[in-house]
Amino acid sequence: MTMRVIAWLFAAVLAGATGVASAAGGADIRLSPAPVNRLDEESLQRGARNFVNYCLSCHTAKYMRYNRLTDLGLSEAQITRNLMFASDKIGSTMTVTMTEKEGKAWFGVVPPDLSVESRIRGRDWLYNYLLGFYRDDKSATGWNNIVFPNVGMPHVLWELSGINKLVETEYEDHEKATAAAIAIKGLSAVEPLQGHKYAVLQSAPDVPGSMTRVQYESFVADLVNYMDYMAEPVKNRRIHLGILVLLFLGVLFVFAYALKREYWKDLH
Amino acid sequence: MSKLLTWIDDRFPLTALWNSQWGKYVAPKNFNFWYYFGSLAAFVLVLQIVTGIWLTMNYKPDATKAFESVEYIMRDVQWGWLIRYMHSTGASMFFIVVYLHMFRGLMYGSYRKPRELTWIFGCLIYLALMAEAFFGYLLPWGQMSYWGAQVIVNLFSTIPVVGEDLAVWIRGDYTISDITLNRFFAFHVVALPLVLIGLVAAHLMALHETGSNNPDGIEIKKQPKDPATGLPLDGIYSHPYYTVKDIVGVIVFLVVFSIIVFFVPEMGGYFIEANNFIPADPLTTPQHIAPVWYFTPYYAMLRAVPSFLDTQVWGVIVMGVSVLIFFAMPWLDRSPVKSIRYKGSLYKGWLAAFVVAFLILGYLGVVPVTVWGQFADGFPFYAADKATVVARVLTIVYFLFFLLMPWYTARDKTKPVPARVVWK
Repeated sequence: MTMRVIAWLFAAVLAGATGVASAAGGADIRLSPAPVNRLDEESLQRGARNFVNYCLSCHTAKYMRYNRLTDLGLSEAQITRNLMFASDKIGSTMTVTMTEKEGKAWFGVVPPDLSVESRIRGRDWLYNYLLGFYRDDKSATGWNNIVFPNVGMPHVLWELSGINKLVETEYEDHEKATAAAIAIKGLSAVEPLQGHKYAVLQSAPDVPGSMTRVQYESFVADLVNYMDYMAEPVKNRRIHLGILVLLFLGVLFVFAYALKREYWKDLH
Repeated sequence: MSKLLTWIDDRFPLTALWNSQWGKYVAPKNFNFWYYFGSLAAFVLVLQIVTGIWLTMNYKPDATKAFESVEYIMRDVQWGWLIRYMHSTGASMFFIVVYLHMFRGLMYGSYRKPRELTWIFGCLIYLALMAEAFFGYLLPWGQMSYWGAQVIVNLFSTIPVVGEDLAVWIRGDYTISDITLNRFFAFHVVALPLVLIGLVAAHLMALHETGSNNPDGIEIKKQPKDPATGLPLDGIYSHPYYTVKDIVGVIVFLVVFSIIVFFVPEMGGYFIEANNFIPADPLTTPQHIAPVWYFTPYYAMLRAVPSFLDTQVWGVIVMGVSVLIFFAMPWLDRSPVKSIRYKGSLYKGWLAAFVVAFLILGYLGVVPVTVWGQFADGFPFYAADKATVVARVLTIVYFLFFLLMPWYTARDKTKPVPARVVWK
């Protein structure tokens, strides 16, 4: 009886705690889920190519070694030929020639190392961030971002994506604004304005780029898939091994439990 | 083999030690689910020591290399990721197991005479474990490591007169720095493990001296002996009975442990925080600093206590006393019975209130104080954060559980305790 009461209390507290966890101030940035698949080797290979071509000039990935990319089904020869521009040793880590001092001078901040960026921000954040750039003449770089307002990084991929502009729609209350944001079915932000009004922000195409919208989204998805892999290269192996470990423990449990029963059946 | 054993026994009491501590140790036969967590705590301790030794082989306690060496372990060291995840998961699991073990003690009156010293050694283990966790959390040298340590060391600087000097003395510097990292490493891998092992030995020796309590709170040593076995009527040998039973417990524990290690090692940011993947940066304070989940009930209390007389030391005192008050348990409980099974509704109600307060405080310690918004204008909570007011009320509930205990346990309507344990 006591046990049941205590179990019930535990459950009630947990339910209460999760139910009230939302609701806080500031802009509500609505991320759409990143369409990534950690088992899709081709996507990861394309993502690695995108990463070394577009990110690895300013950003480092100083904990990631090139030869680790053999995880993605690439041979060392393929890696050397197609992916190594900044380094000549297959065992080196992904560094860049730009110094931190230069980075600071050019962008205002040192571009962060991206080795574990996906573990800091999460893959959904990264995906939406790369889709969230829009033209903003008021900013120093000429670019701004819905996910990361006033970010120091310019929109490096603009030639691919084209140029987006910010579309801001005003709604009289939070409910209508949220409904509109849900209807967008993609990245948007609900921002409180003065006088209990709300604005919904989204970025909309203005000048087309070399890729269609769908092509660009899939380009970014590959890149994010790769960055998520790079943040924890062992993840696939970890999950695979975990299944084997659990199967082993399951078998061990059967024997251990039978042994326990065998001994305890003598007791009365 | 037996010749070798005789040779050893003539020179060292190996068999006697084994028999007194486990082999011929007589335990009540009615241990239930809650009695797994003692042996599991010992298991996790061994796990932490072993994985810790292997981590030390590649970790570098140097502010310029610490963060990097952890990533090196995660990527380049053979099985390094597994050892590291086992250690990080083990830290949180240690607290889960210990909290459940302590709760068992509160339910069945395991702290009562004659087991006061077992309880006190246990409380000391809990303190040492908190210190061990705190020192260890700095070592990955991420943003949460750094600022968490900063916040906790700053608690000492609130102590009047000597506070500032004390904080500098602890850090060995004016801020958390390489010097702090080195000494925390020394405490984490040498000093506190020694203390913990010594205390655990004392905890077990004291327990095996008095004999174990059980869910009925019956002293089996006072029972008549079974003429056939010479053991108390409800007593059985730990070995093989509890050996085989605890092995089952360890395997079930390992299933839960493995699910976390292999599938959700960050545990949604509660076991490994996302911010801790950013290297420590003394110039950038994170927006929201929260301690690891196992400290959050105390952190919520700390934040809830208002400052007055120009000092915030009161919150620190409340937090300290809230941990130390566990030591007084054996003398606070005046009930004629030990176990919750025979205690009345007063104790059950207060224990339930205590558990609920502890859990909600734990939740409130994770989130910003603004989480529930503010009270509307008007007396008595003019524009106060709702969460702060709730945390204050719950802090009071937490303390009343202990402070009113002599009164409500003496008044409680208890049930008669049977002569034999209730089993199956």
